[in-house]
Amino acid sequence: MEPASIIVSIRNVTKSYRRGSQILPILQDISLDIAESEFLALMGPSGSGKSTLLNLIAGLDHADSGSILVGGVDITTLTESELARWRAAHVGFIFQFYNLIPVLTAFENVELPLLLTGLSKRERREHVETAIELVRLEDRMDHYPSQLSGGQQQRVAIARAVVTDPTLLVADEPTGDLDRVSAEDVLQLMERLSRDMGKTVIMVTHDPRAAKKAGCLKFLDKGELLDASQDASAECVPA
Amino acid sequence: MLLRMLLRNAFRHKLRTGLTICGLAVAILAFGLLRTVIDAWYAGVAASAANRLVTRNSISLVFSLPLSYREKIRTVSGVRVVSWGNWFGGVYIDEKNFFANFAVEPKTYLEMYPEYILPPDQERDFFRDRKACVAGVKLARRFGWKIGDIVTLKGTIFPGNWEFVLRGIYRGRDRAVDETTFFFHWDYLNESLKKTAPSRADKVGFYMIEIAEPDLAAQTSQSIDALFKNSYAETLTETEKAFQLGFVSMSEAILLAIQLISFVVIFIILAVVANTMAMSVRERMGEYAVFKTLGFTWRTVAVMILGESLIITALGGALGILVTFPVAGAFADAVGAYFPIFNVTAETIYLDAASSVAVGILASIFPIWRAATVRIAEGLRRIG
Repeated sequence: MEPASIIVSIRNVTKSYRRGSQILPILQDISLDIAESEFLALMGPSGSGKSTLLNLIAGLDHADSGSILVGGVDITTLTESELARWRAAHVGFIFQFYNLIPVLTAFENVELPLLLTGLSKRERREHVETAIELVRLEDRMDHYPSQLSGGQQQRVAIARAVVTDPTLLVADEPTGDLDRVSAEDVLQLMERLSRDMGKTVIMVTHDPRAAKKAGCLKFLDKGELLDASQDASAECVPA
Repeated sequence: MLLRMLLRNAFRHKLRTGLTICGLAVAILAFGLLRTVIDAWYAGVAASAANRLVTRNSISLVFSLPLSYREKIRTVSGVRVVSWGNWFGGVYIDEKNFFANFAVEPKTYLEMYPEYILPPDQERDFFRDRKACVAGVKLARRFGWKIGDIVTLKGTIFPGNWEFVLRGIYRGRDRAVDETTFFFHWDYLNESLKKTAPSRADKVGFYMIEIAEPDLAAQTSQSIDALFKNSYAETLTETEKAFQLGFVSMSEAILLAIQLISFVVIFIILAVVANTMAMSVRERMGEYAVFKTLGFTWRTVAVMILGESLIITALGGALGILVTFPVAGAFADAVGAYFPIFNVTAETIYLDAASSVAVGILASIFPIWRAATVRIAEGLRRIG
């Protein structure tokens, strides 16, 4: 793999949590490279550390040791406020339970990340409309989350994730709360974002059907990458 | 968008927010009324003039002073006007109809109290008629008195039925002036006493003294008291304010208790609002984690929580202040005999508003700390 195409480079990352006097190791010496525009699925049993790894890559949590370079920036060295700014500019988030703000309309939810940019109101409106068109929810812009189906809410969440044009899209069980048809719809959308728009997508999932949509699959078990995944430069296992 | 979101968040649980606003309104109303009661207690002190002194018997106010002191007091340097009077303590029909009534020397008394506004014709009639009396407009309204009416007081300190003709109804120069006082000619009292109880005649309860230089009040007071040192009726002269404070200090423990209660009311509502905010923030911990995930800092989260808390307390405070006026009016009507001046002051409204804001800020501190310090991953786990 060409170094220029690597967008995420993880080296010897470990992470543990403290529960009382006990220290629980979650990730052990993880090294992993993710190429630009790749659609990577992270699979593994519950408690294997998938979501923790995703949180570390997205800058939501701090590693105990090791380095995580995203787009050439070692995010393990950033302070909380620097990380917040970095996330706002470079990462789009898609969650299992959509995590839309219930008191805001679909339009306002999508507009939310743009409030951190210097865009004018008119520019924000243009960006939001483009993102909402992308997820085909133009007729639902003024609806509140409670007035939308699960699949529609997840599409709003995807619009919110892409509205700032981030480098990286991270998705934690994006189809975990959806029926089969809606899940298929959401996965196709994510596939399009990676394939047609060049977004790097990292998705944690339990669902083998969801993993099949990804171009690349990595397995985690007990905090370790399995088999060929152990080697950071190893080729992806095709999904 | 932030303001829109604050308003929508504040009313997400309409019943909870509504009850909290009502609770705060009641607390602010209680706080305002209690402060007004305290102000009413100090009304006499507030209405005191810096250029007026009161001379009384140094042993106690119940002991009188000889009328002959007035000439000696007039000779003291800095004294402009000397007036005198007695607390009459008369009862109108029934003891429950209490109001303050004094026998005074009319001309000097009205000269010294320009805050009592009496129409010139009524003033003339009052001076001319020895049995004349003057009542405050609130007092006259309370008993339906009109000019020319005969008012009979039953004497408690000076026994007998005392008849007066109402020759004047005064108004206060401003809202701080007591409009429930009743006064009549000291000469009428004195001449009656000469006939019925000669030993009590030519004695006054107090001297009111107007001085030219308020800054020399202490010096003038000392000079007056020095005149009567080692006499059989030594005097105590003090400023009108100090004289009034002497009455208030008798109820100091009650006032302290009222003040304490007023702050306890605020403390209780602080706990209620803090509980409301803590519940709201606990329920929305996941949403705050989403905000932080998207790149908003803890400061934005803090502004959202503080803003919501302030919206609730501002609405409750405003409602409480609005209802304070009619309730205080009704309260004043009910207890007007004991609190002749019962005005909700601007200071009380400022205190109400400041208390509402303080409750809003204090109630949000702990929820802000919780929302600001929770790890994003931990907060996101609260969803679902």
